[in-house]
Amino acid sequence: MTLPQTIPLLGLGWDDALFLGLAGAMLLFALMVVSMRDIIRCGVAMIVAFGALAGLYVLANAPVVAAAQVLIYIGAISVLILFAIMLTQSKIGTTALVFQTQARWAALAAGILAILLVLTVTATSWPAAAGLDEAQKTRLAHDLATTMFKSYVLPFEVVSVLLLAAVIGGVFIAKREHGGED
Amino acid sequence: MLSFLNGISQSLDAYLVLASLLFAIGAFGFLARRNAISMLMSIELMLNAVNLAIIAFGAFNRELNADASAIALIVIAAAAAEATVGLAIVIAIYRNRKTPLVDEYDAMRR
Repeated sequence: MTLPQTIPLLGLGWDDALFLGLAGAMLLFALMVVSMRDIIRCGVAMIVAFGALAGLYVLANAPVVAAAQVLIYIGAISVLILFAIMLTQSKIGTTALVFQTQARWAALAAGILAILLVLTVTATSWPAAAGLDEAQKTRLAHDLATTMFKSYVLPFEVVSVLLLAAVIGGVFIAKREHGGED
Repeated sequence: MLSFLNGISQSLDAYLVLASLLFAIGAFGFLARRNAISMLMSIELMLNAVNLAIIAFGAFNRELNADASAIALIVIAAAAAEATVGLAIVIAIYRNRKTPLVDEYDAMRR
């Protein structure tokens, strides 16, 4: 049995329905990240938003980046943030005010920023380029590896040094002082 | 019924609009939240929005696809480094001040 080209009743292609679903889920959970009162739920909502974003990367012909998104963001950064939340949560944390007093102005500024960006993006006529053909879609990872280790080998090595420095710096900053009171 | 949305997954504009909205949500969270870790999570949202824009520019372009993925991977690594140092700083401050709320960090304006 083969699926029909478009979803019955909606008249929408499967790719488009997937895009709309993932985009809606990502925006919804991103809004939950910035607006919910309980910060641990914000952290969990952030994981879902990152997962939806990984799906969008697959739709946008970047499967390797989608895998890296799942491994690094969902696997590493989210866990780091959840642990930091647990280490810094206090009893008054959930009952205190969630937003700064200038939250109204922040919402206004963010709304204006969104409108400006959307207008700029939609008003610009991006130069049409040759799309990916089917043969190229089967060797995306191969092409990425060739580019990464030929054109981008210097940034790659610099990033490895950056990560090493970040790990050492993080351990140094977060370690307890000798003779500290706690 | 929704057939006017056909082809939206193949349009560059749709991805860029999505990235813009995600960036604006992150900017709002960074400006409005009181908790330092919430602000860091908002920064992660903004970094992801930029990454989505980079990927979108490479998604439908034969020459740019591999470059976009390479740049996005480097951005992800830099974001991981940023999260490590940022959370270490928040935990170090929390150990001294016993609060994660940024408007109570007033040691430098007294």
